[in-house]
Amino acid sequence: MVFRSVKLLTVLEISFLLLLALAGTVVVSLFVGVTDIGIVRGVTALLYGWREGYAGFTHLEKEILFSVRLPRILFAGIVGAALSMAGVVFQALLRNPLADPYILGISGGAAVGAIIGILIGAALLPLGIPLLAFLGAALTVIIVFGIARTGAQLRSNTLLLAGVIVNAFFSAIIMFLISTSTSSDVHKVMFWLMGDLSLATTREITLTGTILFIGFAILYSHARPMNLIVVSEETALQLGINVEKVKKILFVAASLITGVAVSASGIIGFVGLFIPHVMRMLLGPDHRLLLPASFLFGATFLVIADTVARTLMAPGELPVGVITAICGAPYFIYLLRKGRGF
Amino acid sequence: MTILRTEKVGFQYNGRWVLRDISFEVGEGEFVGIIGPNGSGKTTLLKILDGILTPREGRVMLRDQDIARLNRETLAKVIGVVPQDYSMFFPFSVEEIVLMGRTPHLGLLRFEGRKDFAIARRAMELTETTEFRRRGMGELSGGERQRVLIARAVTQEPQILLLDEPTTYLDIKHQVALFQLMKTLHEQGNLTVIVVTQDINLAAQYCHRILLIKNGRSFSMGTPAEVVTEENIRQVYETHVLIDPHPRTGLPRVTLI
Repeated sequence: MVFRSVKLLTVLEISFLLLLALAGTVVVSLFVGVTDIGIVRGVTALLYGWREGYAGFTHLEKEILFSVRLPRILFAGIVGAALSMAGVVFQALLRNPLADPYILGISGGAAVGAIIGILIGAALLPLGIPLLAFLGAALTVIIVFGIARTGAQLRSNTLLLAGVIVNAFFSAIIMFLISTSTSSDVHKVMFWLMGDLSLATTREITLTGTILFIGFAILYSHARPMNLIVVSEETALQLGINVEKVKKILFVAASLITGVAVSASGIIGFVGLFIPHVMRMLLGPDHRLLLPASFLFGATFLVIADTVARTLMAPGELPVGVITAICGAPYFIYLLRKGRGF
Repeated sequence: MTILRTEKVGFQYNGRWVLRDISFEVGEGEFVGIIGPNGSGKTTLLKILDGILTPREGRVMLRDQDIARLNRETLAKVIGVVPQDYSMFFPFSVEEIVLMGRTPHLGLLRFEGRKDFAIARRAMELTETTEFRRRGMGELSGGERQRVLIARAVTQEPQILLLDEPTTYLDIKHQVALFQLMKTLHEQGNLTVIVVTQDINLAAQYCHRILLIKNGRSFSMGTPAEVVTEENIRQVYETHVLIDPHPRTGLPRVTLI
């Protein structure tokens, strides 16, 4: 196959390398945990065993690998990819490398939506909770932007401040809901709030996975307009982009994937800040490369973080949000100190 | 033949008229300058010509079509704009910025092909930006950046090139080089050039016709000899100047006194 474009070739090459890294990470984390299977034995049994029904594993090991660890790893990958991609998009739209669904309060908004859903029993409806989480996320985007917009200008500092305020407000709402609720579902909410990937059901994995890939397709088809909008909205207009329409599509798609990821996994902070940033430093700002790279690296990162979360204090577990915040918060401070860092 | 025409264009900003009753025509292949004091509405007019701003009154016609009815992509294939400044939020390289000019010619998903690279390369050669094509925009001087933005507009392959005060941050060497570049583009590419500028002398030397704006209204429109007169400049800029024929070209030359 002959590629007509150098750029397309680069995108495919780098995506392939990152895909290999993701696959390697998945395999390793599959065999790491309380029940230590050993990577060499695990991989051997996996490679040679599929014909004989994985005879290299005991019954218990098979149960752990395929019913407990694999779904959890898949889910971590999906959520990591979703949050990283949302981060890329919000950073582009706000033209600010400090933006991220967590810092802007969008995850918090989605959480409020999801908690209301859990408490009023929306879980009984198909898509009830993800839908409410999406509405929460979308509403937050509108509120945060409403606060930060002074005239035609959107100032980054005001925006971050608006995010902090909205976050504080949502925390209060969440506390209020939890302390006044008499529902027996409260403990479910508490668990979920801390950012927990272990509770994923097959249905949630399918749903978030589907939304993630639809979201990726929509976002990727607008990767070039995103490049132009990052340069300047006026330039984008002058080069033939219908800026208002593209921005709306991007906002809705990014809020949707954030909402769905949060509704299923809780609040996992800083992934959406950290991943796009590292990718931009390594690969440059072209979104045609940045989106797939952040997708794959975000997935890899959260799989690693979740593996650490479940092995560090074994047999106990940490919420994965703790791991991401421990990595992410110092990085955020470093970026702030560096000024307009990227 | 007329390529761009404004018909009684007016524009309001915060309830104040910043442009009123502007009617003028630009012929195909013409080199037109727009001059006037600070705040006279030059940049606003340029944005209206490109359809970024919609006039409150009147309309802008591209050949026989109202530009308000054309979509952005169609317009971008005809009109290229060189903005006054470049904001640097993310570190794009010169080559990436220039290639962005291909946007209106590519679909949403298509990557730039050989032909697009060839067009961008030619634009970079023309603007002498090839040597720093791998550098980031942030590492360039004002004049270099300006040339990159021109290369992007040339890569767009427009029929009309609009420039917004391209010489503002440049020293005299680069000011002359830039007008010379516009002249080259105009002659080689058969481009129609419309330039907003503060430099009356360079405008008089290079432009076929000049539009002089005062307080948002067209004060005078015509050849440099008709527009750039001591009386006009005194009335519009409230400044006394000496104007004599340029010793080489015979075109009006302005001396501040």
